[in-house]
Amino acid sequence: MSETSTTPRYAPGTHPDLPPPRRTTGALGWVRMNLLSSPLNVALTLLSIWLLWTILPPSIHWLFTGAIWTAVDRKECWALMDTPRDGACWAFIRGSFELFVYGWYPEPERWRVNLTFILFVAAIVGALRENIPGKKYWLIFAAAYPFIAAWLLLGGFGLEPVGTNKLGGILLTLVVAVTGISFSLPLGIALALGRRSNLPALRAVCVIFIEFIRGVPLITLLFVASTMLTYFLPPGSTFDLLMRVLIMVTLFASAYIAEVVRGGLQGLSSGQYEAADALGLSYWKAHRLVILPQALKISIPGIVNTFIGSYKDSTLVLIIGMMDILGLGRARLNDPDWLGLAPELYIFIALFFFISCFAMSRYSLNLEKKLQTDYKS
Amino acid sequence: MTQPAQSTSNPLLQLWRNQESRGVIIQIVTMVVVFALLAAIARNVVINLEAVGKEFSFGFLLWPAAYDIGFSPFLEYTNRSTHLRAAVVGLLNTLLIAFWGCILATMVGFVLGIMRLSSNWLVSKLSYAFVEFMRNVPILIHILAIYAIVVTLLPPVKKALNVGADAFFLSNRGFYVPSPVFEDGATLVGIVLLLSIALVYFFKRWARRQQDDTGKIYPVLWVSLGILVALPGITFIATGMPLSWDVPVLKGFNFKGGMAIKPEFLALWLALSLYTACFIAEIVRAGILAVSHGQTEAAFALGLRPNRALQLIIIPQALRVIVPPLCSQYLNLTKNSSLAIAIGYMDITATLGGISLMQTGKEMETMLIVMGVYLVISLLISSFMNWFNHRIKLTER
Repeated sequence: MSETSTTPRYAPGTHPDLPPPRRTTGALGWVRMNLLSSPLNVALTLLSIWLLWTILPPSIHWLFTGAIWTAVDRKECWALMDTPRDGACWAFIRGSFELFVYGWYPEPERWRVNLTFILFVAAIVGALRENIPGKKYWLIFAAAYPFIAAWLLLGGFGLEPVGTNKLGGILLTLVVAVTGISFSLPLGIALALGRRSNLPALRAVCVIFIEFIRGVPLITLLFVASTMLTYFLPPGSTFDLLMRVLIMVTLFASAYIAEVVRGGLQGLSSGQYEAADALGLSYWKAHRLVILPQALKISIPGIVNTFIGSYKDSTLVLIIGMMDILGLGRARLNDPDWLGLAPELYIFIALFFFISCFAMSRYSLNLEKKLQTDYKS
Repeated sequence: MTQPAQSTSNPLLQLWRNQESRGVIIQIVTMVVVFALLAAIARNVVINLEAVGKEFSFGFLLWPAAYDIGFSPFLEYTNRSTHLRAAVVGLLNTLLIAFWGCILATMVGFVLGIMRLSSNWLVSKLSYAFVEFMRNVPILIHILAIYAIVVTLLPPVKKALNVGADAFFLSNRGFYVPSPVFEDGATLVGIVLLLSIALVYFFKRWARRQQDDTGKIYPVLWVSLGILVALPGITFIATGMPLSWDVPVLKGFNFKGGMAIKPEFLALWLALSLYTACFIAEIVRAGILAVSHGQTEAAFALGLRPNRALQLIIIPQALRVIVPPLCSQYLNLTKNSSLAIAIGYMDITATLGGISLMQTGKEMETMLIVMGVYLVISLLISSFMNWFNHRIKLTER
């Protein structure tokens, strides 16, 4: 009973907060909580550390410390290493870098490609940044960008014309992806509205189109583009292969966008439609002012995911013989100077795609958080 | 609505202003445009085919396909077989890779998804890094890279890696594994196995009904396992163990006996499964997180033991969220298997849509069949999905 007299007494509710238990704070506490909380976790942690220990040091050695950055061919690369093939031969990538970026675009005209890239960044930043002055003009610019880029890249109207067969590498990858992305959005929204329409004939056409496209692999559509699309056109008319591929990629992406947007439209409460009707808005006005702004907002994550998908799918054009970054890289592998450097090539291309796709998915997550307007408990 | 006076006199404009008749007009115009487009395409096709001297017929399917298919595990195929047979071989190869791909993807996906939710920081981050890397790189790169690893980095047959028990060998010509040899009586074991599966199914239904009626819980798992292991096991021993293994042995330049899993299959299988597994991992994670913690607490409050709570409360609710997107991942995997053509695995796109197309010049016919096959597979999977969705749908009152 003597202990109670020495401890200070507090009126109910006035006791100051006690510090958290020592075992749960600080670096050691963190380790104990997150790595060693149970026998199973100790085992898992040890297993993970062993895994990292076996994978990481050799990978780092191969990728960085043992790698060769300048050489004229693979023989020189391997001669420079302590044991041949013990490190990456990045000289291969460095030597072909210009080819990988520009394809066969004529050397004196490459400033046009660079300008296209710069304008691309400007259009993206202008369209995505909020609070940018003159937002409306930036959006108009972003919408007009594909046409400006087409003019810059292909020439005409005062610029030296360049054939589409000169496009290659990262340039071609971006051309395919950006075209697919920018034209599939309006088409996809139209298809989604058609699918939700209460006119049976219109709905049937949209449903058949969407389900057909989503039911077949992109590669078969690309085969159609490369082998039989010319049969569909009036006799005698020819059509650039790149153009045919772009049309197919756009149609393919638009079917997926349509489903995402349909999800957004369905996610909207029917009260929104009724309110728009009650205000006496016509179909188009109701959609432009009330429905689509909200529906598109909910579907942004899905739309970005579809974009990532069609960006990754742009590599498939290699199967019908177009030289995007992957196709061009594989062609370079047959160069007798650089035979057998497949790991370097695939790591480089994988990294290229990883960085861009990961950035896009992070952006989408960010946006999702920002657009979260409902209250979550 | 105030309308200008002169428009009311114009009957066409009046029709347009009426919502119902406007709907009819729009639909008629749509159908006319669509059919006109289709008719124009059909006409162009007829004219163009005539111009190059081709005719539209599926007769070519019975011509001999003068090419080899290196991988035909189910059907006898030689280069004198017909294009039809080549197509069927390709279809079976597609289904084979899709089947095994879905199985491996599901297993790896669930493991990765649960690892991602682990309270162990290191395990969770490892899973996160793997998932993000795999799914942000195009599947085609995975396929090509894994194929390159298998073909260039693995040792040649003569120096094949002995992966285990002198029976599993890894080389750049494939993965050699023992193959089962069934002797007399093996069919009996198979029949007993099927019977015991049926028995387990009925026992489960009976136990569920008993629980619903009386509240009595039977040890379903242990009884089922017992039935599944004991009955076929006893038959297996009673019939004198009618199963032996044909072990691959290195003889000269190649392995004799056993089964060889071709490098194309191996690369495609691993790439497709790992890529899809990463998407499945995210689905599994979302599904488990979607079951609110209150459900677990309520289950415990009712006095359910943890494994019963998991089995009766959490898994059924998580599955409702997981299964629909899981099915569409299976669909994606099947469609992505068409990329087999990049490494020469002979699936339907590579046989009928690739070599047969090039040899016969029948672009229309071959592509129609290939697309039709994929459409049918897609429709089958999505109708299963709809059926399942309907079955597990939350019945709201």
